Order: sequence, then C-alpha cells, then structure tokens
Amino acid sequence: MDIDLLSNILFAMVRCGTPLLLVALGELVCEKSGVLNLGQEGMMLFGAVVGFIVAFSSGNLWLGVVLAMVAGMLLSSLFALVALVFNANQVATGLALTIFGVGLSTFVGAAWVGKPLTGFEPVAIPVLSSIPLLGRMLFTQDLLVYLSFALFALVAWVVLKSRVGLIVQAVGENPDAASAMGLPVLRVRTLAVLFGGAMAGLAGAYLSLAYTPMWAESMSAGRGWIALALVVFASWRVWRVLLGAYLFGLASILHLVAQGIGLSIPSNLLAMLPYVATIVVLVLLSRDAVRTRLYAPVSLGQPWQPGH
Amino acid sequence: MPNPANTPRLQLRGITKRYPGCLANDQVDLSLQPGEIRALLGENGAGKSTLMKIIYGVTQADSGSVLWQGQPVHLRNPGQARQLGIGMVFQHFSLFETLTVAQNIALAMGPGQTPSQLEPRIREVSARYGMPLEPDRLVHSLSIGERQRVEIVRCLMQDIRLLILDEPTSVLTPQEADDLFVTLRRLASEGCSILFISHKLGEVRALCHSATVLRGGRVSGHCVPADCTDLELARLMVGDAEGLVAHYPKAQGGAPFLQVAGLDWTNPDPFGCSLRQLVLQVNSGEIVGIAGVAGNGQDELLALLSGEQRAPAPASIRFAGQPVGHLRPDQRRAQGLAFVPAERLGHGAVPEMSLADNALLTAFQQGLVAKGMVRTRKVLALADEIIRRFAVKTPDAQAPARSLSGGNLQKFILGREILQQPKLLVAAHPTWGVDVGAAATIHRALIALRDAGAAILVISEDLDELFQISDRLGALSGGRLSPLQATAATTQVELGGWMAGRFADTSTPTPALAG
Amino acid sequence: MLLSLEPRGQQSRLMLWCSPLLAALLTLACGSLLFIALGHKPLPTLHTLLIEPVSDLYGVGELLVKALPILMCALGLAVAYQARIWNIGAEGQLLIGALGGSALAVNIIGMDSRWALVMVLVAGTLAGAAWAGLTAWLRTQFNANEILTSIMLNYIALNLLLYFVHGPLRDPAGFNFPQSAMFGDASRLPLVFEGGRLHAGLYFALLALVAVWVLLQKSFVGFQIKVLGLDQRAAGFVGFREKRLVWLALLISGALAGLAGVCEVTGPIGQLVPQVSPGYGYAAITVAFLGRLNPIGIVFSSLLMALLYLGGENAQMAMNLPQAITQLFQGMMLFFLLACDVLILYRPRLKLRWARRTAAVATAGAL
Repeated sequence: MDIDLLSNILFAMVRCGTPLLLVALGELVCEKSGVLNLGQEGMMLFGAVVGFIVAFSSGNLWLGVVLAMVAGMLLSSLFALVALVFNANQVATGLALTIFGVGLSTFVGAAWVGKPLTGFEPVAIPVLSSIPLLGRMLFTQDLLVYLSFALFALVAWVVLKSRVGLIVQAVGENPDAASAMGLPVLRVRTLAVLFGGAMAGLAGAYLSLAYTPMWAESMSAGRGWIALALVVFASWRVWRVLLGAYLFGLASILHLVAQGIGLSIPSNLLAMLPYVATIVVLVLLSRDAVRTRLYAPVSLGQPWQPGH
Repeated sequence: MPNPANTPRLQLRGITKRYPGCLANDQVDLSLQPGEIRALLGENGAGKSTLMKIIYGVTQADSGSVLWQGQPVHLRNPGQARQLGIGMVFQHFSLFETLTVAQNIALAMGPGQTPSQLEPRIREVSARYGMPLEPDRLVHSLSIGERQRVEIVRCLMQDIRLLILDEPTSVLTPQEADDLFVTLRRLASEGCSILFISHKLGEVRALCHSATVLRGGRVSGHCVPADCTDLELARLMVGDAEGLVAHYPKAQGGAPFLQVAGLDWTNPDPFGCSLRQLVLQVNSGEIVGIAGVAGNGQDELLALLSGEQRAPAPASIRFAGQPVGHLRPDQRRAQGLAFVPAERLGHGAVPEMSLADNALLTAFQQGLVAKGMVRTRKVLALADEIIRRFAVKTPDAQAPARSLSGGNLQKFILGREILQQPKLLVAAHPTWGVDVGAAATIHRALIALRDAGAAILVISEDLDELFQISDRLGALSGGRLSPLQATAATTQVELGGWMAGRFADTSTPTPALAG
Repeated sequence: MLLSLEPRGQQSRLMLWCSPLLAALLTLACGSLLFIALGHKPLPTLHTLLIEPVSDLYGVGELLVKALPILMCALGLAVAYQARIWNIGAEGQLLIGALGGSALAVNIIGMDSRWALVMVLVAGTLAGAAWAGLTAWLRTQFNANEILTSIMLNYIALNLLLYFVHGPLRDPAGFNFPQSAMFGDASRLPLVFEGGRLHAGLYFALLALVAVWVLLQKSFVGFQIKVLGLDQRAAGFVGFREKRLVWLALLISGALAGLAGVCEVTGPIGQLVPQVSPGYGYAAITVAFLGRLNPIGIVFSSLLMALLYLGGENAQMAMNLPQAITQLFQGMMLFFLLACDVLILYRPRLKLRWARRTAAVATAGAL
C-alpha cells in the first residue's frame, strides 16, 4: 500500500468518523446525566433534512447547519417532555423518537430527494496541511470537521475539568442525593438531552451538507445506533469516544481499503462491516460486567421524579 | 448547658404537612436553643423525616412557620438552609461514590471553589474534629464510618449553627457511635445546636440534653431523657409499649440443620465485601441472630445462603448434611429453605403484581403449578389464607403488593414463607421500617415457627431485636463471622466488640461451636 | 407551572385502556393539522386515509393481508417485551425468515407435493428463530445489550438479503432484475377465498394468537417471563433461570417474525424481492406497545396499523401525499401513547395563578 492510499484512507476515516463523533459526544453528555436517549437516528435524519432544505432554499450553508441543530433540539425536547417530565420509560420513548424522526424526515424530505447542492468543501490550513499523512488527515478537512475538533475539546474540558461536568456526573450517579443537595436534577438532564439533540442535528447536517451533499431517505444508515454503541465502547470516557468514532469510521470505509489492495468483495457484504464491527466491539466490551459497573452512570435509563 | 434566656436558634410553630393518604406532620411545635442537643424520637412513620426535610428546605410545610434566630424564614431549597447555617447528615448518605471526597464537598459548597482549592481546608477541619479525611480518595473506597465522616465534615465546612442527623448510628458499631458522640458534644459546646433523630433510647439518654417525641405526626411529649425510664419514653413513642419489652423464653436447639463450613467467597464487585472462612451452624428449633452493620458481608452471605449466588464448593453449605452450595434457589426451597429478604419491594415481592401472584412467586413448588399451567384457584386460596392467618390489612388478594404498608407487606411475605412449613428460614432485617404492632406479630410468628422445630437464622442491625428473639448470637465484621454464643450469656458491649471485628479466628474449631 | 401532575397512588384502570384510544385520537388530530398545513382539507384526507381503503370487501381482504405479518411479529415482540427484553430486531428476523424460506423454495420449484410448502415454512421460521438466537447468545454469553445487537443484525440482515437477491438467488431468467425466480405452486400458501389475496397465513396468525395468549396469561413460563420483566431481582431470588427465559423469549419472537417473513414470500409476493417488508418489523414495535403487550389489544392495534399502511398507499395515489405518512403517523401514535400513559399514574391539576398567590398570602400571614 503506498503512502498516497494510506493518506487517503486516513482522510476518509476522519470524514467518516465525524458524524459518529458528534452524535456520540452528545449522547455521552446525555448518558452521563443518567438519561438514555435512543432517538439518535431520528434526530440525525431530521437534522439532515432540515439542514438540506434550509441550505438549498436560502443558499446559505451555515444557516442550514444552525437550523439543523435547532431541529435536533426540537425533537429532543419532545423526548425530554415525555421521558423526563412525564417520566415514561426511556427506552420506549427513545424508540418512539427514532420512529417519529425517521418518518417525519422522510415525509418532509420527499420533495427534495435527489436535488443537487454544493456542500462544504475541504479547506486546507496553511503550513499544517503540508505535513505528510497528518496534514491531509487533520488539516485538509472541511469547516464542519474542524468544528467537530473544537467541540470535542470543549466537551472534554467541560466533562473532565469543569464544575458543570462534576454536576452532570453527580446527577447521573445519584439523582436522589443530587436533589437532596439542591442540584436541579431535571434541569440538568433536560439541558443534557437538548445538547444531545443539537449534536445529533449537527451530525445530520454534516451528512447532508458536507459528507454527501444531498438528501436521501434514511441516509444515516444506522449511524445513530452505532454512536450509541460507541458510547458503551468508550466506557463513557471522552477520549475513548474520539478513538472509537474514528475506528468505526475506518470500518465504514473498508471498501476503499479493499479496492486499494485489489480485493473484489460484493458491495453488500462490505456494507455489513460497520455493523458487524459494532457487534464485535459490544461483545468485547460488555463481557466485563464489572468494568461496565465501574464506569456506567448508575442511574442510566431509570425514571426519576423529584420528591421521592 | 443551654441558656433559656437566649433567643432560640430554631423555632417551629404549628408545622403541618400532608401527603396523599396521610398527615405526616400535624401542628408540630419545636424550640431549640444554641448549643442544645435535642433528640427527635419516634417510630417509623411518626413524621420525623418529613419534619427534617421541612427544616432543611427539601420540602415545604402546608402551613405553620419556621423562625431562625427569631426571624421568620421561608426555606425553599437546601441551598437557602445551608446559607443560614443548617446542615444535614442523611440516613442514606447523599454521596457520590465515583467522585473524590473533595469533589463531593465542592459540589455541596456551591460554585466558587474548585475541589483542589478546598483540599487544605478539608484536611484542617476534619482533623480538628477528630475525623481525619484524605480529600483525594474516591468515596467508594471508604468504609461506611468514613463516609459518614465525609457527610459531617461537609456540613462542618459551612460554618454550621444547626446540625441535623438522621439515624446516624444505624450504620455504626457501638464504638464508632461513641466516637461520633464525642464530636457532637464538642460541636455543641461551641454553640452549635444539634437535632438528633433516633429510635434508640440508650443512645438518646447518653447523648442528648432534651427530647421531643413524635407520634402519628403530632408532638406527644417533651422530656429530659436522663430523667426518664425506657418505659416512659416508649409509652410516649408508641402509646402501648408491649412490643418493645416482650420477653420470649430461650430455646436449646436440636439436630444441626444448616451447616456452613469454611465458606470463602471473593466478591467480583469492587464495591462489595468478600467472605472469609465462614463457619456457621444453625440447629433445628433455635433462632440464631447475626448482628452487623451494612457493608460487612450480610448481603453476600444472604445471597450465598439463598442460592442467588452459588458457592464455589458445594459442600461448604449443607442442609441436614446434604451439600447445597451448588443448588439454585428453587432447588434449595425444595430442600426446605424459606427466605425473607431485606427489601420487601423489588426483591421479596414484585411491587406491581397482586398479592396472589406474589404468593405464587415463592410457593410454586407447593402444588400450585400443574403441567406447566398455573392453578389460579389454588394460588388465590393460598394468598387468602396468608392474609387471614397473619392479619394482613388489605382489601383482597388482588391488591398490588405496593399498595400495602411496610408492616403489612412484611407480614404477608413472612406468612408466605411460614405457610410453606420450611425446615430453615433465613430472615434479613425482618422488622426494618415496620410499625411496632406488626413487628410484635412478626416476632411472635418467628418464635412459633422455632417452637414447631424449624431452624431460623435472623440477620439484623437492630441489636434490641436480636437480643429479644435469638437463642444464640454472633456478628459479621469485614466478611468474617464471630463465634456464636448463647444470648443469655452475651452482653451488648461484647456484641459491639464482635461487630468491630474483635474476635478470634473461627477457622480452627472451638468448643463454643458445639452447643 | 400551569399544569402539575399529582400522583394517583395507584394505577387508574380507566386510563389504562383509554390511553391508547386517546393517543390514536390525538394522532388523528395532529395529522389533520398537518394536512391543513399542506393545503389539504382534513376530513376528506382522513377519509382517504382511513375509510376508503376498507370500503369494499377486497379492501378488507387487503387489510388482513397487511395485518398478518404485523400481527405475528407483534405477538412475538409482546412475549419479549413482557420480559423487558427489548428485541428491536423483528425486521431483521422477518427478512432472514423470508431469505431462509426462499433459499429452499427456489431449489424445489419442480416439487409437486404439498410438503414443499411445509418445508419452506419451517425453514423460514427456523431461520428467523436462529437470527433472534444470535441476539440471545450475545446477551446471555457476553452481556451485550440486545437493543444494539438486534438493530445491528437488522442492518446486516438487510444487506444479506440484498446480496442474495442481487447474486446467488437471482433469477437467471429475470432480465437481471434483483428478484428470485417465482416459487413453484406447491410452495405457495393457498388462498383463503378466491378473488382476494388473503392467504392461509391467517390460520397461522390465529394459532399464534391463541398460543401466545395461553403462554402469557395461563402458563407458569409466562408468569416467569412477567416476573423477569417486572423485577429482575425477584426473579433471581426465586431461581427463575434468566438465561433460559431470554433464549425462550427471543426464539419465540424470532420464530414468529420469521414465519411472518416466509408467509409474505410464499403468500402475496411469491418470490424473494428486496422490498419484502416495508418496515413491518418496526411497525410491530408500535403495535405491541399500543396493544399494551396484550394479545387481544395487539389484534386491534395491528389492524389499525395495517389500515395506516393501506391509507398511506391510497393517499399517495389519490392525493400525491408522500407515502411516509404511514411512518409519520406510526411515530406520532407511539409518542402520544407514551405521553398519555402518564395519566395512568398521575392526575393533571390546573394550578391557577391566583390560587398560588392566595396561598402565599396565607403563609405570610401565619409567619
């Protein structure tokens, strides 16, 4: 394999991993606060379709991005209402959100399928982009990818170093104790859910405005679910989310690798790889129930009401 | 001693609070001086916790007023209470196990100081009051007693004027409790008022200047504990003190039924306790009581006895000589085991299911299932019999388990086990959170079962209960079991020592074990 | 807060059964608003959606044809969900059932005996069960979350189906279209009556209905499943074998979904095509919840869902509305159901502003 091919693969790996990274970061914060939101796929698709429609109609890509994030937040606010305020089962509510979001986005986007759009183009950072391998991989990406780097740094700092991160972790571990201490559990969780929604919307916008600038039904192809598995894989730790997102990105572009080394495998079989990889990773990580207990937010997925 | 001429630090006037279905506090009046240690006595359900939550701002009273240093205040949340100088140590700790001591304290102190900034002060304050703490230790690595220190230091760091403690000694050995009292007396001498919730009369008499007794949501009396007898206090608490002072004759056991020999078990859970070289024998026709505070191996021992956790060596646990260590719970039940777990709802009974279904839950080997189908009529008959025989207050057997009060549900669960005529009954905390009347019924039922020839093992944190009903006593400490000794020949102090781990290793058989 | 929720203290039986109806009504109301926004009159649109498709006998037959796979999947899901085993893989299990049955069927096209059909159906059912068995194995052996594994398996199943239908199972005489050869007559499900498409899968569905009802309501295994779902700890405490129950529940759901899949390809479709399922497996999730995980309730909700499918097709043909309207309504209904369910345990109370002020004055006066 020559260096150009390797460079291309790394470049594609980062591009492909970016939507996973964004969704996983959002869901990480959400789960750390104790809320399991399975609606990622629905929020992503809705973000993608809204972003595309807005960008196409207005000619402004960034407006599309912002409104995609708003769209994601809107859907996630529905989730917050039913699962947090009404205290419904979080698994069922998340599934409902996915089914609704997918249906809504297909419905809304029906008239926009196949319309052409010029999306975000790669922008090379001067000097840094000339570094061999890393230059193409990290510094010749489009603006949304750079945004994802910045968001990762922000989330990492908040989760690891800030008081806000401490509060989120406390709320996720022991909402009763947090509430007794005067921490606003429901407010923290709602904000975490909204953040997750915004990130999912952003990831969707990335798909329809940068990765493959177009709208197609179910274009997220299960990435929302993979991101959920990613959070488990990362044992709810921020740095591992970054690692995992890019690894999964790699798994998704293995057909490039196969082409590069001259293998010809039917495309449908290659398309299965990311999903198989997800299962393998889940198996390897979940086997150690003790380790999961150590890192998983204790109250994850459990309904909670104040004044218990 | 408090000076009555000072303005009271805290005054409650006519506090009333209602929850759906019950009047938790009814026109409660209370007045507390600076430096006074006041006990708040009362049975479970008397309204003590609700009153504390109102003082600490966790909830608001429906009517009545709270005065702090003579000024009326309206406490909407714990933050406001803390600003006034009120601190609370909860019965079930409100600590975050995956965070460090410093991080836990920083969360409680509000924004403005990072955990690392707080470290020097934590060291200083904790040392000053005789409860040294390492700020960068993760809370899950601390013992129960150390965790309580964190709770207290957290309050002390906030310039405290009123400290409320909710049943603090329920998780401490008698020795640790004495150390706590030293700290509290020191605090009181510095002018801090202390509100001490408890139902343990001995401690209240040892520590508190005065006591307020709650019963059924109302104040039933004030007194000076040092001047009152146990009986007088008990009468104020429950009206009729029969259950508290019952005496049951002790029995001599017969043939051994449960034999645990050299049980070693390593806990895969990093937060849990491992068992070491456990030796235990319970004979038919006797009640063995095991004392110990939470976290010393009770849950693990109970899981190994019930079969939820299989023992590494089948012969380490035997019923009437037969190895059962490898058997599952239903198989052990077939060998004569019955089990009353510590948690009624969510372990012993399924909250959303009816009493009839809950009867089926453990009694399914008693002819209630035929050819894979449930015999509904027989199940209902069993449930009805349990309800009748054990005076369970419920409309009928279809009522969901969670609609019953704690005492009634416990009576149902115990009745369900007893009606299966077990050869061995293991009961964990059988009267925890249960009113006195139901507790007395439960004790009488256990004694009756013992007299009918069953072997009974009771694990409990309530030392009074253990002394009342057990024929032999022992204690669990750090995963080790003390040698068992006849109750009549054991004192509270001795038992306290065992609970703290002061006993000889039982891996070599001693003569005391034989009888 | 203007509206507050006051705990009832116990479940309201009335709301337990009214909540799905309320959810359906709210969905229709919301849908009507959507139609207005799109420039269509609500009532005629609802008529096109809900009444027209079943306005003749043929339509009723079509309703049942659509309802059958959904019903079978949902019955299987009900068993799993009662045990709180969140099997999201019904879609994949259905596809694999169709694939398994087809793989056998295309190799026995010449066979005349009715045993062909039996073999094909059994192959499909076992294939679906085996696919669900993968999820069970991953959970019991490796503690892997069944939601994620079953969804991944859905995507894998879809890709497997596409691979086979484009490749090894493609009809050599089919002009390169991605479809298999038509199955032999002996492998086709017989029709229930002429003039429609309603096939013998109806009998299987009825059988499954009775079997699942007996299992859940009357049998001891059903009791164990319910206990496992309501209270995992209690189930462990009394020695119910969790692993065995997980396997059983998943194998049953997989078998029923596989049966649904193979009935589709041996019934109305007659061959293996990529569009075996327009999302029946996912629809079954909503149907199971809407029917309260109760076999009788599921019958009604699967008929409703089938009606939505027909209605969506009809609306697309008659009014040019995107067919995704079906999915949209599905999602809305589930959301509304979950929201309305809150009324089972909580009572809504209108907190009027002046009431609060009066209370504050009273407290101030007492101080």
